Amino acid sequence: MDIRRPPPRSSSGGVEPRYRQVGFVTSADPEPAAAPAPAPIPAAAASPPASDGLSPVMIPPRIVPGHHPAPGSESLMPSSPPPVSSSRLDALSDLDGDDDDVDVSWARPPPPALPESIKVNLTETKNRGDPTSVPQKPKLSKAERRAIQEAQRAAKAAAKETASDVNTKMPKQPKAGKASLKKDVSQANALVASDKKTDEHPPDKDRKKDVPQPRMQFDDLHRVVKAKKRSVVNQSEAQNRVELFRHLPQYAHGTQLPDLESKIFQPDLLHPSVYKVGLQYLSGDISGGNARCIAMLLAFREAINDYSTPAEKILSRDLTAKISSYVSFLIECRPLSISMGNAIRFLKNRITKLALAMSESEAKASLQSDIDRFINEKIIVADKVIVSHAVTKIREDDVLLTYGSPSVVEMIFDHAHDLGKKFRVVVVDSRPNLEGQGLLRRLVAKGISCTYTHINAVSYIMHEVTRVFLGASSVLSNGTVYSRVGTASVAMVAHAFGVPVLICCEAYKFHERVQLDSICFNELGDPDVISRVPGGESLSHLKNWAENENLHILNLKYDITPSDYVSMLITDYGMVRCPATSHLTICVYMQITLHSSYLQPP
Amino acid sequence: MPDVQPLVSDFVLKLKRRKVEGSHAVARQTAELLRSVVSQHRMGSSANQAAALADAVRAVGEQLIAANPIELAVGNIVRRVLHIIKEEDISSTAVGIEGLSVTVDSDDEYDREDDDRPSLSAAVLAAHARNALRAPSLQTLLEDIPVSPAISRTASSTGDSDGKSKSAGDKTSTRKLKHDVIAAIGDLIDEIDSCYEPISEQAVELIHQNEVILTLGRSRTVKEFLYAAKEKKRSFRVFVAEGAPRYQGHVLAKELVEKGVQTTVITDSAVFAMISRVNMVIVGAHAVMANGGVIAPVGMNMVALAAQRHAVPFVVVAGSHKLCPLYPHNPEVLLNELKSPSDLLDFGEFSDCMNFSTQDGSPLLNVVNPTFDYVPPKLVSLFVTDTGGHSPSYMYRLIAEYYSADDLVVRRKSTA
Repeated sequence: MDIRRPPPRSSSGGVEPRYRQVGFVTSADPEPAAAPAPAPIPAAAASPPASDGLSPVMIPPRIVPGHHPAPGSESLMPSSPPPVSSSRLDALSDLDGDDDDVDVSWARPPPPALPESIKVNLTETKNRGDPTSVPQKPKLSKAERRAIQEAQRAAKAAAKETASDVNTKMPKQPKAGKASLKKDVSQANALVASDKKTDEHPPDKDRKKDVPQPRMQFDDLHRVVKAKKRSVVNQSEAQNRVELFRHLPQYAHGTQLPDLESKIFQPDLLHPSVYKVGLQYLSGDISGGNARCIAMLLAFREAINDYSTPAEKILSRDLTAKISSYVSFLIECRPLSISMGNAIRFLKNRITKLALAMSESEAKASLQSDIDRFINEKIIVADKVIVSHAVTKIREDDVLLTYGSPSVVEMIFDHAHDLGKKFRVVVVDSRPNLEGQGLLRRLVAKGISCTYTHINAVSYIMHEVTRVFLGASSVLSNGTVYSRVGTASVAMVAHAFGVPVLICCEAYKFHERVQLDSICFNELGDPDVISRVPGGESLSHLKNWAENENLHILNLKYDITPSDYVSMLITDYGMVRCPATSHLTICVYMQITLHSSYLQPP
Repeated sequence: MPDVQPLVSDFVLKLKRRKVEGSHAVARQTAELLRSVVSQHRMGSSANQAAALADAVRAVGEQLIAANPIELAVGNIVRRVLHIIKEEDISSTAVGIEGLSVTVDSDDEYDREDDDRPSLSAAVLAAHARNALRAPSLQTLLEDIPVSPAISRTASSTGDSDGKSKSAGDKTSTRKLKHDVIAAIGDLIDEIDSCYEPISEQAVELIHQNEVILTLGRSRTVKEFLYAAKEKKRSFRVFVAEGAPRYQGHVLAKELVEKGVQTTVITDSAVFAMISRVNMVIVGAHAVMANGGVIAPVGMNMVALAAQRHAVPFVVVAGSHKLCPLYPHNPEVLLNELKSPSDLLDFGEFSDCMNFSTQDGSPLLNVVNPTFDYVPPKLVSLFVTDTGGHSPSYMYRLIAEYYSADDLVVRRKSTA
């Protein structure tokens, strides 16, 4: 979501405001560094997106004639220099972790306060192209950049009064930057609720362990208001929000659909396949970490296939921006799962690694093959490896319990059944999704004898069970398992009865984050689903729950299983006893997100 | 006796068909039925009136228990009534002893070798006799009077004049016994009805300010408990787990909200996630067993384990009519009931799956829907009953107070 600003031109008083680009900005960005020629970008284009509600699409219409600048643009013209300066400062101060943007940001004319030496550097970098950004980075030492940033921040604080509102925010590319500097930047909290790390570290930089960037704080009213202005989809906040979860977004479901439906007719904003996938997420047609990730990657593949670099743009930057816009759309349909987050990071990594010398078609083909390889190696083959490991854990006459509908576990059962092992399965299910029913149907159709029950009865049934197989949405760095809500209860009861718990999780889902309980980070679903109880009117006591301010309904989607309940973790890297997980998780995570060499099979 | 048989059959049928459910209702109706049985019982002229009465009650009780063995409240009340009969019998005998001792004294004046034989009041005798029935407890130790040799002497001395005075006071004693038993059963009914007040009074001691309470399903005792705390202006919030598959948690949430309690409804699967932010778990029980274990609505064991993991106190509120003198052997199977699978699976949707079967004809799909869950005593922090708060290891003492040991198996003894 970064917009490459054009190099400074003499006409306008200063640098264009660097807007935060959220939503479906098409590739209207002018090519910044490589073409220093001042394309006279009308200030109108630089005007902030309308927050007057004329169009929910908050984009800084850049250049292109196709774009209709927001009506408010004219009025903002006179005021553009002050906002410009502030946003420029913002831009610069936001630089730090943005390794990719470095050159571009530096391409902006530095504020007068900058020392000359740095200015020289800037012009140099500006004149070179993008791909050299990475080797250039070491030239600016940390101290120098820090000095610049401090200067920016000071100037920005001074200019803050004249700064206009949200509309002059910089486009935000989530960065794996120095967290301390990051925190000062108010715009640092992207609308993107998940923490997206980007690009690799320059190899010669001292490798400080990056603190994950703080996510969007939904309990801060100010930021929520700002985010709402930028948002693509009008989400109305849920009534009766649960206090404990103020830090997570709670939206009233079902209100986005009319807005979304109108977007289909603006194909330049959003690729149809991405739109389709978003709708499938919204309706719950696609659920489950693997399925969502694959669907998203295939949609991106299509989008890349149809992509063509606009004039005077660099493919990698522009495409990254586009992908970011797609991602923000998908988030507003449904918050990202960790598997999706990792896949996006991988994809952006690959994009930035594209050699500049590649032609567009070569680049596109390379990216598509990367996506295919990722899906194949990290998901499909990984699943096969997991299945082959796990079936060794199934003995004759075993009674295996599973919860919900984990895709890997279903594959394990299918494979074991094909091998002729004799076992039976207990499927434990819970409201509100009742995912177990689908699994039950498929297993019975295959001829596996099943017992079906609900999660309250898990103590009753655990006497008969010999092994518990559970899936996971992610395994975190402190060994805890982040998975569908209820998994922790099942693992706990199994542990109390002495039944081994085996977690099956592909390695690409690992994450370096740590989490102690299920409250810090979670996803909140639609509360109305809980109030609707099967069984007719007599059972629907909570029909009008929203009317009463004392009554809240909580629909958690995920929970955390502590590591001591897990007997063994089965991944495509092998089978691991849990205390060793943390090291494995961090290693794998770093590999996925940071090194492009990750694609070699383990 | 024959007058009461239709009533008994009616109630047995209701129990069999599960038309009456819930320990409170069942206990009350059982007690009323037994009161009718006692009042209709024709007291014969045999020597031991009480034994005959107890036998009649036992006969009825056997039928009732067999109708619904899972509904432990039935058995509890039957045993309580038997215990009442024994107690009343002993106290009336003690009164008889008292009367007799007067006559003995007057008759056997020359027998007064030991002048220091204490004259015992009827009340003391009765108390002592009652204590002989009970296991030693603090109460009995405090009341205990070293009169056992005197008592036995008086008892033996009454033997001589037994037949004489007994025939004289026969009608009055039997009528009195019946009257006392009926009165005591009436007390029992009142106790069952009003079990909520003493429990709710203890709410103030347990709930302070800014508490977060978790409960599962709906228990009327818990509801009254929380109402009482709310009236005393304690501030607390409640998480109610909905309690599938009956979803009674929704009803409780609605009721609490009407009183102004901040309530959040969560799914049962989210209990582990939320319990880290909970101060106390307060739940009701279906029955409390002799070892302090709890038969509770399904899902409670999961909640208790989660509470133990997070060191959250697990409080069970139960009226004394739920206290069962039996020890739970394999309670998940023997003290459980499996309900219809239609609560979990819609038959219409899954009818095609029902058709599959293995070679030997056993169905491929099996649905399990248990009603109850067993919570072992080590997971329970506190029992709040109408006699106060107790730890699980104390529950057997309460049993000794309310029940007598030979009533554990309610079977009709062959009449002598």
